[in-house]
Amino acid sequence: MSETKRNDGTLDRREAVSVLLRDPGDLLVVTGLGAATYDVGVLGDRDQNFYLWGAMGGTAMIGLGLALAQPKKRVLVVTGDGEMLMGMGSLASVAAAKAPNLAIAVLDNARFGETGSQHSHTGLTTDLEAVAAACGWTATATARDMAEVEALRSRLRAEPLFAVIRIAPDEKPRFIPPRDGAFVTERFRRALGIVEN
Amino acid sequence: METPTWQESVFRALKAARVSVVGYVPDAGHAHLIKSAHADPEIDTVVLTTEEEGIALSAGAWLGGKRSVMLMQSSGVGNCINMLSLPVTCRMPFFTLVTMRGEWGEFNPWQVPMGTATPHVLTQAGVHVRRADHADDVAEMVGASAALAFDSHIPVAVLFSQRLIGAKVFVK
Repeated sequence: MSETKRNDGTLDRREAVSVLLRDPGDLLVVTGLGAATYDVGVLGDRDQNFYLWGAMGGTAMIGLGLALAQPKKRVLVVTGDGEMLMGMGSLASVAAAKAPNLAIAVLDNARFGETGSQHSHTGLTTDLEAVAAACGWTATATARDMAEVEALRSRLRAEPLFAVIRIAPDEKPRFIPPRDGAFVTERFRRALGIVEN
Repeated sequence: METPTWQESVFRALKAARVSVVGYVPDAGHAHLIKSAHADPEIDTVVLTTEEEGIALSAGAWLGGKRSVMLMQSSGVGNCINMLSLPVTCRMPFFTLVTMRGEWGEFNPWQVPMGTATPHVLTQAGVHVRRADHADDVAEMVGASAALAFDSHIPVAVLFSQRLIGAKVFVK
């Protein structure tokens, strides 16, 4: 068990995600591998959820491709700090592409939670919100209490916003949403009415 | 600089294949395609910081009902390997055009290892590899390979040989 650090977040990750995804409507949600996938899945499986179980570092770019292809829909990427760090260059690519309908929420526990809770860079030296701002994201935020999470809920559905949510490092019971990628892909496309391409 | 006509025909083949998202890490051999894509209002053209981003971008576009292509050079293929699990696992198309370095009249020894490994590592990662060597059939190769990718939902790479694109000339 790793020691608690002074800059650890305090928010309950499941509670935070349940606020962000309350009444999701037709929000298109892409989840990064590991706990972000479980946190979204445990709220109830939806056809408009695309869960990653691999492809680490790719979640934001999947969100971008989806946002470009579906400009009338809102796309929300929910991922962890480790996954976002691996795809940090994509913060530059997404900002440069200027998709107005894409937002990213990073559940930041400053840990690699799936692999033994090793400290990640966000608990050492890296500020992901500042990285995103430096890459050209004009709307960025960090939530440290539930009131701030509540305020993010509507912003993430209206703005091209990059938000960090400082969650506590404790582990939650694992929840297993579908991990057959071909099934989830086809179901997602059908939900959007894509029958042939 | 005058544009070789085969590059125009490759762009037309991509348009005919209904490609409307282009991701790229620049290469001189793709310069005409990149310029044409940026100039086309029907195409979203996305510059990437690393090649694996392009695979994820393509996957997202496919989820949203659009066809995409990724442009890179052979030195970038090694950056893609784990991300190729995405189209393979999700039974999605992935279509990439790869300009080859390190094979025909290469000046830069640093290009040789990845150029040599490119067809092998792509194949090992589950990508179907085709190779275009001649200007007169490259557009047909691109069109048929795009159909293979998008209709059969598989990853396909077309390698543009260094002989086709012309070896980069370094002036000392």
